[in-house]
Amino acid sequence: MALAAEAGSEVRHPLTPLRYRVVGKRRETEDTVTLSLLPVDRPIALTRPGQFNMLTGFGVGEIAISISNDPAAEEPLEHTIRAVGAVSSALCQTPPEGVIGVRGPFGTDWGVAELSQTDTIVVAGGIGLAPLRGAIRALLERRRPSGKGHLLSVVVGARNPSQLLFEEEMLAWQRAGAHLQVTVDTARPGWSGPVGVVTDQLARVPADFSNAVALVCGPEVMIRYTARALVDLGMPRDHIRISLERNMQCGVGLCGHCQLGPWLTCRDGPVFTYDLRAEGILASPHR
Amino acid sequence: MAESIAELIGRHPVLEGLSPEDVEQVAGCSHNIVAEMGEILFREGDPATTLYLIRRGQVSLEIHAPGREPLVIETVGDGSVVGWSWLFPPYRWTLTGRVTATLGAVAIDGSCLRGKADADRALGYVLMRRFAAIMLQRLLATRLRLLDLYGDGAGS
Repeated sequence: MALAAEAGSEVRHPLTPLRYRVVGKRRETEDTVTLSLLPVDRPIALTRPGQFNMLTGFGVGEIAISISNDPAAEEPLEHTIRAVGAVSSALCQTPPEGVIGVRGPFGTDWGVAELSQTDTIVVAGGIGLAPLRGAIRALLERRRPSGKGHLLSVVVGARNPSQLLFEEEMLAWQRAGAHLQVTVDTARPGWSGPVGVVTDQLARVPADFSNAVALVCGPEVMIRYTARALVDLGMPRDHIRISLERNMQCGVGLCGHCQLGPWLTCRDGPVFTYDLRAEGILASPHR
Repeated sequence: MAESIAELIGRHPVLEGLSPEDVEQVAGCSHNIVAEMGEILFREGDPATTLYLIRRGQVSLEIHAPGREPLVIETVGDGSVVGWSWLFPPYRWTLTGRVTATLGAVAIDGSCLRGKADADRALGYVLMRRFAAIMLQRLLATRLRLLDLYGDGAGS
């Protein structure tokens, strides 16, 4: 957990947001935008792919949003947001040059630094690709110097082609060496890719499942079935990292709103190892 | 050297491991086909006569509704199988199959295969177990889609 350690002598309270200006805004789908943000005053501490920030729409409220790039390696900070409620809609409607609040980064990360010597399978469902985008970029960057490296597979599922995020960027990942599989639940004729559930794509991933590591993010039911499918294909449970979301409010493990079984998701997650305890919690109707 | 139909069937993931005698029985009902992208392999409502063991390529399964664009509900690709309507009366296709990536497949005559399965119940049982496993897998996939897997995203 990073408690707002930052440059300079002034110690910022972890519940106080810093002002960030929207310097770029890109529409990803009908209801999803990516905001590019630069600090107005001071920046937040360096982030790692998989962590999240609390974003404030001033006068509306605050929500947890995953960081969707790798700001340690690139600027500006980016968040991909789907308009599903009052705060997320307000954030999506923030115009270029508008100012929002940012505090963080919070939580655990994907641990991409440990993955340079292993095949990695990234599985994303819907908006779940956003928290994985920074990890994918970082993993591709690590492959670049020699042009070699271990296999990176990216498996993406969405309701339909119009709901796919980062379509052009996905093709760039493929050109950079990633093995890419994209599937949708339904499509119109003209879509040449697969139609079906994301779990059906996993058997076609050219990886040694017993040694590979998987990073999985999406709606919880998709995570559950994906993790089970990976185990069925021979992947050890502790090689599967999943990102979970709860109602994070403070971000620093104080308020307890994001409790999930024995964990506080904001502090102990959002990235967890899919061990037996996690499997049991995900399968339980009482959590 | 070109592989025989029996070799293609014996190596196909769906029928792999069948006894040579069973493979020969199936091969007797089969021929090799190639279909180009865009071709209609079968059309909803037409008599269903064939089971396709896909060696390479992709077939999209479409549903048509009056006044609406067709909807692709599933694709089937390398190493899988398409077409169950030949197995049960009234033997009519319930979906339209369109080739979306050049198709290489073994086409098995459904009426011929039903006849052999009826005459040799052991063969029929072996085949039905293979087909039922795939149907179960597709049923599970359909149930997962009923959950609207991507509808309530984490990370948003």
